[in-house]
Order: sequence, then C-alpha cells, then structure tokens
Amino acid sequence: MPKLTINGIAVEVPNGATVLQACQLAGVEVPHFCFHERLAIAGNCRMCLVEQEKAPKPIAACAMPAADNMVILTESERARKARKGVMEFLLINHPLDCPICDQGGECDLQDQAMAYGFDRGRYLENKRAVKDKDFGPLVETSMNRCIHCTRCVRFIGDVAGVADLGGIGRGENMEIDTFVGKALESELSGNIIDLCPVGALTSKPYAFAARPWELRKTESVDVLDAVGSNIRIDSRGPAVLRILPRLHEDVNEEWISDKTRFAVDGLAKRRLDKPYLRRAGKLVEASWQDAFNLIATRLNGVAGSKIAAIAGDLADAEAMMALKDLMAALGSSNIDCRQDGAALDPSNRAGYLFNTTIAGIEQADACVLIGTNPRVEAAIMNARLRKRWLQGGFRVAAFGPKLDLTFPVTSLGAGPEGFADRAREFLKDAKNPMIVVGQGALRRKDGAAILAAARDLADGVGAVREGWNGFNVLHLAAARVGGLDLGFVPGSGGRDVAGILAGAEKGEIDFVYLLGADEIDMNHLGRAFVVYQGSHGDAGAARADVVLPGAAYTEKDATYVNTEGRVQLARRAVFPPGEAREDWSILRALSGVVGKILPYDSLAALRAQMAKTYPTFLGVDHVPQAAWGPFGKSGALDPAPFVYPVADFYRTDMISRASPTMAECAAVKSASSQPKTGTHG
Amino acid sequence: MSEAPSGAPFEQPASFAFTPENRAKADAYIAKYPAGRQASAVLSLLYLAQDQHDNWIPRAAMDHVAEILSMPPIRVYEVASFYTMFNLRPVGQYFLQVCTTTPCWLRGSDAVMDACKKKLGVGVGGTTADKKFTLLEVECLGACVNAPVIQVNNADFYEDLDGASTEKLIDALARGEKPPKGSVIGRQNAAPIGGPKTLTELK
Repeated sequence: MPKLTINGIAVEVPNGATVLQACQLAGVEVPHFCFHERLAIAGNCRMCLVEQEKAPKPIAACAMPAADNMVILTESERARKARKGVMEFLLINHPLDCPICDQGGECDLQDQAMAYGFDRGRYLENKRAVKDKDFGPLVETSMNRCIHCTRCVRFIGDVAGVADLGGIGRGENMEIDTFVGKALESELSGNIIDLCPVGALTSKPYAFAARPWELRKTESVDVLDAVGSNIRIDSRGPAVLRILPRLHEDVNEEWISDKTRFAVDGLAKRRLDKPYLRRAGKLVEASWQDAFNLIATRLNGVAGSKIAAIAGDLADAEAMMALKDLMAALGSSNIDCRQDGAALDPSNRAGYLFNTTIAGIEQADACVLIGTNPRVEAAIMNARLRKRWLQGGFRVAAFGPKLDLTFPVTSLGAGPEGFADRAREFLKDAKNPMIVVGQGALRRKDGAAILAAARDLADGVGAVREGWNGFNVLHLAAARVGGLDLGFVPGSGGRDVAGILAGAEKGEIDFVYLLGADEIDMNHLGRAFVVYQGSHGDAGAARADVVLPGAAYTEKDATYVNTEGRVQLARRAVFPPGEAREDWSILRALSGVVGKILPYDSLAALRAQMAKTYPTFLGVDHVPQAAWGPFGKSGALDPAPFVYPVADFYRTDMISRASPTMAECAAVKSASSQPKTGTHG
Repeated sequence: MSEAPSGAPFEQPASFAFTPENRAKADAYIAKYPAGRQASAVLSLLYLAQDQHDNWIPRAAMDHVAEILSMPPIRVYEVASFYTMFNLRPVGQYFLQVCTTTPCWLRGSDAVMDACKKKLGVGVGGTTADKKFTLLEVECLGACVNAPVIQVNNADFYEDLDGASTEKLIDALARGEKPPKGSVIGRQNAAPIGGPKTLTELK
C-alpha cells in the first residue's frame, strides 16, 4: 500500500493504483480525456500531466503507478504550464464548432478548455480536415472533432469484444475508423457516445434534438430486457428524448445496450392514447366510462372459470398484483405471466432466479449455457461474462446452435443429448461453477425436464452451497420474475397460457384480459371477449374488443424485478399520452365498475399491501440468496436442437417494435448477414 | 491512409493467399514467437505479402494475414497503415524511396531528388504513366555512412549517389537491368572512400 503526497495531502492507495487515482482519492481533480477507469490505460491524451518531485519532466498521472514517497504537485507552475500546452495542442485541430455540436454543454473538452485552456488561439494555419465515417444508424460521427483518445477503440475492442474500430494511419494522419466502412456490429455500440469526451461521436437519432440543460433527468430502470439496467431518462415537456446509463456496479456498471438506449423513439409511436371499443369489427374511440361499462356488462354473470388473464413482458408488479386480486375477486384462477409458456416453476424462488447475480459472475470459473444466447438476450450480462473471461481462468460451454459471444465457447451439442454427462465433465474441476438455463430451453415441451436436469446437475457439481449458488435462469422479460414472485400463475385448477388459449378456442373461456400481452398467438383466442390494456398498438390491441390505454415504463412509478430477483423502481419521467393512465389505477377503477373494489386507493397503499403479502418486495435493490429446494419435473429430454428465443435483438417487445431506429438497425443487421457476393471485400 | 501516393481509385483484388513457399516462410516467422503470441509476426507477414503482391498490400492480404494470426482484421489494418513502408495502394514496379533526412540532405539528397523528379517527370508520391516507377521521400533509412541513399523496393540500397549517378540508376532500371546494389562509387561496405585508412597493418 504505497503512501504518497498529493499537493501536500498524504494518501495511501491500494497496490497497482495510478497517480491519477491517488489524486482522486486525495480529492484533487486532474483533468483527463483518454483515461477511463473501466478501460485499459492508454496514456495518449497527455492532459493529466502533473509534476512529480525530482522527476525531470511532467508525468502522465493516468499511466504512472503510484509509488511510496512520491510527491505530486498538480497545481505547480510547471504542471499548469504543461496542461495548458497540451490543451493548446489538442485545440489546434479541433474545429471549435461548439455552437453546432451536439456535445455542447456536456463536453469534457469544452469544460476543460474553460478551466485549463488559453482564452485565445495562436494557431493561424489551416486545421486538418477528416472525413466523417459511417458507423451505422446509431452513432453519428464528426471526425474533425476527434482528439484521438481511443476510448471508443478500447471500449469496442475490450468491453464489447467486436474489434471493429481502430486508429488508422499515424501521427497527424491518424483517424479513428473501421477501415472497411461498416456499421459497428455490437449490441453495446451506443456506449461509445457516452465515452467520447468530445463531440466526435454523438447519437444519430438524438441529433440536434435538445441541449442538455433543457432536459429533465429522471432516474429509472430499463425494462426492455430482464437485466434491469439502471438508466436516466432525459425528457423535455411530454417527450422522452434520450436514455442514458446510470451507474450500478452490481447490474450494468455504466453501460447499457443499444436497445435500452435507442428504442426510446418507440415510446412516441403507435401509442394507445384513448380507450377503444370494437364496433362492427372496427375499433372506435370511446370514453373510459363506456369502456368500463362494456367490460362490466360482458363480465356480468360469467363464471370465474370462464375468465382468464395474461400478463405481458413489460407489465409492472403493481399492475400484475391489481389484476391478480381482481381476477381472484371475480373467482378466476386462470392467470399466467409466462406468455411464452416457459416451464418456469414458481414454487421455488431459487428455481427461477439468476442466483449467482450479475456481479457474482466475476467469481465464477466455469459456465454452462443451456439454450441461451446472452449476447442478444441480455447484452449487459454478456459484457460481464466477457469481462470475467478477460480476467482469465474462465471457461464457457454451451448447449445449443453455434454461438458468437465475443469470447470462446465450447459447444457441448446443439440439443440436450448427453446433457448430464457432458456438462458434468465440463464442470467437474470448477470451484465456482455456473449453470445458466435460458428461455430457449424452458419454452420447449421438455422444459420442465431440462429445468430438473439442470437442477440435478447443479447439485451434482456442487454448484449450490453456502455462499454460492451457481444455478441460474436467464429471463428475457422484465415482468417475469415480478410475476412469478407475485404468484401470477394458475391457481389450483387454473389454466396456464396454453390452457387459456385452448379454452378460448373451444369456447370454454369467454373473457380474456391481456395486460400488455402481445407475444401470444391471437388467432387462438377464438370468440372470447378480449380486453387489452397496454401502451402500444401491437398484436394485442389489434385483436381486442376493448382497448384500455396504459402507461409505458417511462410514464409510471412502478416496480420491476430483474432476472437476479433484484426489486427496482422505475420512476415517472413524463405523463402518459392523452387519456392513458397508470396501469394499476386503470385496474382499480375497473374494479369499482364491476363491483369488486380493490382494497387500495393509492400507489402507496398498493405497495404496502404488496410488501405485506409478498415480502420479497420489501427490499428494494437488494438480492437475498433464495433458499434452495426442489423444482422442475424429471422426465425424458428431447434430443432436438435448442432454438434461441431472440432472433432479432433490436425488436423484442412492443416498444422496440414501434421504434423506427430499431427497425433501421435490424435492416442494417440483416443486410450485413446476407451471404457475401463475389465483389465483397 | 497515410502514404497514399495519389488519390486515384484502384481495384482491390477479391482474394489473396500466400504462395506455398511464402506460407512456409510465414510459418517459420510465426514459430519464432511463443504460442498465443503469434500476432507478433504481423510485420514479417505483411512484408511477405507486399513482396508477393507487386509491392503493395491489398485489403484481402491484410485479411489473410489476420486470419493466419487469429487477429481481428482491424488490428492488422492499424499496423499496416501506421508504417509508411507498407503500400496500401498500387505502386510502380520500382518503388524509389529517397532519403532526405539530415545526413543525406547534407551530402546532397536535394540533387538526388531533383534528378528523380526530372528523369521521371513525377513529383513526390507520384507514379509514372508506364507504372514503372513510384517516387517517395522517406526519413532515415539507416545508411547515413554512405549518404545520400535510395532504397528500391523493399530490398536494394543504392548509396553515395549524386544527380548524374541517380539518372544512370533510373536508366538502368528502366532498361530492366539490375545494377549492383551498394555504393555506386565503388566504396567497400562502409569503409572510407579509397579503401581502409586504419588498421592497415593487420594481416
């Protein structure tokens, strides 16, 4: 533990810390551009030059290891002069076009030029001009502004693992480029916009939309996958303009996936902003009262066993609880939150959680993936697996078709053939083995058997013990764990999703309530009366007899539980459009009209009831280890190959399907995956 | 790209593969490095590719090298574009690299450069119409003792040049001859002009 002095302040830093980190510990600000604590050290911007006593010249604080008895001066005449000189050189070729630059107001170069630069330029020669690059539909480039810090190169190569970017040429001719002029092939590419300390890389969909000081910032969580990335929603007036990551070491660190970041324009498209009723085959606008009255009329006298409800992938816990309580009051036990029919066993919490936790991946030393492609199902999770792999001593194997996860994966077979033996062989020497069961495995007919086999495997290789649980289920839907925690599954004698659809087709189910459920096959709903409550006009609304406009995740205070079982709160950034309302309050209002008043009048009362009935909702942002117990149902495994559940990363739910940006990304992706022609390359 | 001698468009070949002999050489280079560190051989392999492919490296060759060395292609593009010794676009059959760094300049590299420009009728970075010669100004070639020097392709140094001997050299190359490399005034290696002046008694 070296002890050194920074501007007269004595600090002790961990071994391997740099002078820059020591300065930060001492509370001394050192300006920098290329250094980023989650990326490799490059030391090429030279902005962090400081004076070290007895050193012949200024040192780059970011690249110099802190050592005992160092005396560092960051505000000496020499350090000041060095910084000023570096800043002047950085600005020589920088266009100084801040008034037309999207980075303006949140630009490191702008801020640091104010604090450490000259007040005028002395450079009279022509500035260099660099052609802008095409990095695809998400990242806009303005390469004249680039100061060659290479943060983007290091992020794309190391964290995202696709090595698409590089520094081409040398010296004054250096340019950041893909060289071959292709779109970035990473699910995390948007993060280079945040990393870029200048305006060289900016957001294409958000181009010239707003200045940062006009935006209202709301801290929330993402719901477009089951990771529950922490986000900041930037809105102006009624519009959500962009989404940025928020630091959470245990979940998303400071990255978010491109879907999380860029699907935001889907929030303004295809929105349901008024109640609709189907009259003579067509949906027509109606008032809330008419819609509720029609529902009440249709429910009147219908037996509970003929009523059913399905919760969708983006449903919040409050709405699911209200719907569950309403269904119970109506005498129905036909409720299910597993739209895709996955064989998730709600009886044991450890049986449907990602028990290892995302941060826990860094303690694992071997991992078997079963029917899951984390790169598209949970891109942030895949970044964590890659981070673990880069640290060394981590092996990954997969059951399923060939995978490209940006790190080597041993294939143990396309289907579950020889599952127990091969997986056991692979994990036998591991101290902290991980088993990840994906929805691609659980959605199959033999899903329950695979779940049981994975459980046996976890027991067999010692993956579950005090302080370590290596059994994991990777979810796709932000609503799923919350739904299972709430017991939004068929009660005794109740029907599951397949049962509800079969029943509706045969006329045994007369009334189906869809809470944002769009992923079921609407053709099987037969002649049932369908109420769709949700935010977007997708498959569910197209089939519905009554449409109740709900709120999207940016428009309500709501609770979500991520795949680890972490309870997190989404917060309202803007109001729902038009007459749309928060989902729980729609159900509460409806309960009054149908005469089954739910016992809560406010969100606080609902949450208090929820925490009382389901204590897992008490601890927000807290992941207690779930008790291990039996789950799954042993049976024969079908040797057919697994099918990964997410075919198109960019379009997995009604919000991302409504997003023009995501559609463009999907088009670029499918064009680049076409077979290469003779003229290629 | 750093060394683009001219901005004219050119065709990239669709594919590239080392000849069996060059592949064997490449394997020998790779074997010099420990397992897992094969990327260290990238410079040697790029030189091989340039020698095999008319003195320039097409993108297909860089991709081929990347595949052999299990590197991301962009890492090879970075290396190839960093070093001015690699040509990433077509050059003439004879790639004349005239050193103009201080020792050569003091010994008359201006006259050598002028002779090249006059004789070839192209400027620095230019290629003659018959695609025989490309002229480039380079920094120190490490042959200062016999300055000024011209390096032809990736192989031969011609030293102790002046205007006249440069023109003679270009004429000879144009005729398809290969003048003996080294000092054009008959100096022995790097010994003083006229032969050794010290240690002459040693037998």
